[in-house]
Amino acid sequence: MAKRKKSIRLWCQAAWFAVTNGYLKGFVEGKIYRGATKQVCVPGLSCYSCPGALGACPIGSLQAVLDSGKFKMSCYVFGFLMLFGSLMGRFVCGWLCPFGWVQDLLHKIPLFQKKKNMPGHRFLRYGRYVVLVLFVIILPMTVLGAAGMGDPWFCKYICPSGTLLGGWPLLASNPGLRSAIGVLFSWKSLLLVTILVLSVKYNRPFCKYLCPLGAVYGVFNPIALYRFTVDEELCVRCGGCQKVCGMDIPVWEKPNSTECIRCGDCKAFCPTGAIRSSLQRVQAKPYGGIESPNE
Amino acid sequence: MNKNMMKRNLLPLALIVLSLVLIAIGVSSGEAKLVLTKAVNICMECIGIG
Repeated sequence: MAKRKKSIRLWCQAAWFAVTNGYLKGFVEGKIYRGATKQVCVPGLSCYSCPGALGACPIGSLQAVLDSGKFKMSCYVFGFLMLFGSLMGRFVCGWLCPFGWVQDLLHKIPLFQKKKNMPGHRFLRYGRYVVLVLFVIILPMTVLGAAGMGDPWFCKYICPSGTLLGGWPLLASNPGLRSAIGVLFSWKSLLLVTILVLSVKYNRPFCKYLCPLGAVYGVFNPIALYRFTVDEELCVRCGGCQKVCGMDIPVWEKPNSTECIRCGDCKAFCPTGAIRSSLQRVQAKPYGGIESPNE
Repeated sequence: MNKNMMKRNLLPLALIVLSLVLIAIGVSSGEAKLVLTKAVNICMECIGIG
């Protein structure tokens, strides 16, 4: 059951990648899509400079608005983040993020002894909040050039998704861009390769320690429409949910932890069926949770 | 939907309405256009060249 669920999730991640990055002509010609859908933010960390991208990355868009010098905050991008967060919280990370999918696939490679967390996990897990506040908001807004515009610090110096989905495919198919490769590209490629190698051994290191989008959606986990609950009467506190959880969450204590990516492994494993999602709660009620006509 | 569940869902539903209002404000203030301009051109910084 748990294996089947994992497989369904991987296919769902692949399908979502195909839907949001399906401009195949871009990969062939080394160009990016230029249609109107590019103004709409997609839920996951999906670079808008990926040749196949049909939408905009919310973190890239947020920095584009903030570093433009024209706006002090972005109602537009915060609106999208709040919309996705309120609907599903970090379900986005587990099911709809292309870089999360890449890490999941790499973690399946039978190399190294698998571990959930990196050494120093207790402190490192706050890294994503530092990245969000410093590299996505403060630095792009405060370090301005002569024209009064800032740099997208996270995209420029950190984002491995941009290098993997945008940089590498574009440079592979567009010889004109290759001549511009310099120190920055080497740094970003080194960072990407490091994260990819770490992903083979550790479960989703980028999501756990660096992703600013996960930091935003995590805040919504306890209040989103899609939540988990634990039936106290059914739960036998066996700890099995934490054992199978790649994010190492004691689900029986914190079903809506900010770390939870809603992969559902705990639900599939739970021997007593104590863990349920808000969707299951609605389905389990007579008339789908809607009051019957006689009530 | 029973009252308890309705109460729990009130906050996310209110936030969804608020988020739609924020998106509408963003569109009317020209943020969407700015995002589009950025997204339809190759972002040199994003791919590690700029």
